[in-house]
Amino acid sequence: MNMLRTLSVSEQVALLFLVLFGLLALATATVSYRAMRRSGDAPSARSLRLLRDLRSLWVGSVVFWLAWIAGPVGATLLFGVFSFLALREFITLAHTRRSDHRSLLLAFFVVLPAQYVIVGIRGFDLFTVFIPVYVFLALPMISALAGDPERFLERNAKIQWGITVCVYGLSHAPALLLLEVPGFEGRGAFLLFFLVVVAATAQIVQEAMSRWLRRRPVARRIDRSFSYRAWACGALAGAALGALMFWITPFQAWQAAVMGLVAGAAGTMGEFVMKALKKDAGVRYWGNTASVTGAVGLLDRVAPLCFAAPVFFHVVRWYLQLRP
Amino acid sequence: MTRADIMGLLLAFIARLITGAQGHWKGCPPKAEQRIYFANHQSHLDWVLIWAALPHDLRASTRPIAARDYWTSSPFKQWLTTEVFHAVYVSRQRTDDQDPLEPLVDALTSGDSLVIFPEGTRSNKGEPQFFKSGLYHLAEQFPGVQLIPAWIDNVQRVMPKGEVVPVPILCTVTFGAPLHLRKGEDKRDFLQRARQAVVDLRPVFT
Repeated sequence: MNMLRTLSVSEQVALLFLVLFGLLALATATVSYRAMRRSGDAPSARSLRLLRDLRSLWVGSVVFWLAWIAGPVGATLLFGVFSFLALREFITLAHTRRSDHRSLLLAFFVVLPAQYVIVGIRGFDLFTVFIPVYVFLALPMISALAGDPERFLERNAKIQWGITVCVYGLSHAPALLLLEVPGFEGRGAFLLFFLVVVAATAQIVQEAMSRWLRRRPVARRIDRSFSYRAWACGALAGAALGALMFWITPFQAWQAAVMGLVAGAAGTMGEFVMKALKKDAGVRYWGNTASVTGAVGLLDRVAPLCFAAPVFFHVVRWYLQLRP
Repeated sequence: MTRADIMGLLLAFIARLITGAQGHWKGCPPKAEQRIYFANHQSHLDWVLIWAALPHDLRASTRPIAARDYWTSSPFKQWLTTEVFHAVYVSRQRTDDQDPLEPLVDALTSGDSLVIFPEGTRSNKGEPQFFKSGLYHLAEQFPGVQLIPAWIDNVQRVMPKGEVVPVPILCTVTFGAPLHLRKGEDKRDFLQRARQAVVDLRPVFT
């Protein structure tokens, strides 16, 4: 560990990516080898699913790496594009009306770029209130000016919800990259890495536990497997992993555990909320091309991040008493 | 690479960015055969959407129909329709001595594929209107050309009537199985069948 501390910041970050890609390559090689060994018959559904999960992990890691090497501007742009694609997917399923056109234009072409510009210039005070305060008021104004009273509240709520999750939530990921913590300068990548790994682990543990525990589901009509105990297991796994990884964050071990708990709990709950939303829209997966026009399944992958990132960001800022 | 090629790539990229322009080839694979694609017509973007949903190799030989008086009224419009889209011009004013289908017949004789919207005008009722008879006459004259029905979904939400800026919403183009004119089939029956083939491709919302 002492040897690690003697490395410069950029060397530490390079090491982080080396370890990450090394682990991924190892996992992919193992799974592919096992799938090939039983190549007499077709590869099992299990190994296919595993390979698909690994592929999305690869994509996620490469995006993360690109975000890092591209610097503040590149990272902001990259996550901006992701926000755009996620919001596009959300609005497709939200059944907006013709009179929502102007509000949607505002959401896509004004709010989204503005939010990411604010992240890019590190205006974190405005960043946290821009959407909850200003956009919250501006959107119904534009909508009312369109002159269509039918289902007014419902339509506005849908658009605002989409903006909050897909733009506000996701924009906290580049914000973490750009956050300046005293004594921790230039190491925002570790914070984002910490968040993503903790949230993903909590998700995986929660799914595995709900399959293993077979508890009575809390909300059967939304998710047949979600139970409080499995959820707690996921959050605790996030806490345990957070404590193990405390040395890459500006926190002590117990603080990192609390951070992990918060991020894990928020991320898994976010996934659960998204399931409810999918049921409402009439799809099982966002990527189900059979029943709904063109949904490509991006929302599925970013949902835990959208929910965990804002909470994590605020806890970090509040705890470290960061002032501009 | 010419300027028209770059413009084409740019337009296809924008169409994909805004709408996804996903092509679902349900009834036939995308192949370099001579075809007439016919689809429902709800928006100005319909043509660009079908065009962007086609694989890149097929775009150059697949041509839209454009109204001559509107699309040649300025140099830019003319350049766009001629150089980028290779449009087939038709005149909206009917003269007695000329068959309105003649430009389409010429294009098909020279081996190109066409995209036509047999409703004639845009409809925003959801259900397509009754088809005009042009499709029947083309099917009669060119029995060797495949008739592919296509359903364009969601595009009316991207750009409702009277708006100029499109909103990013995912759209799909579903291509169905080729249709053939049956021996001795009545014009009315054929057009009805063609329209039904398009409507049947509409994605079911469960």
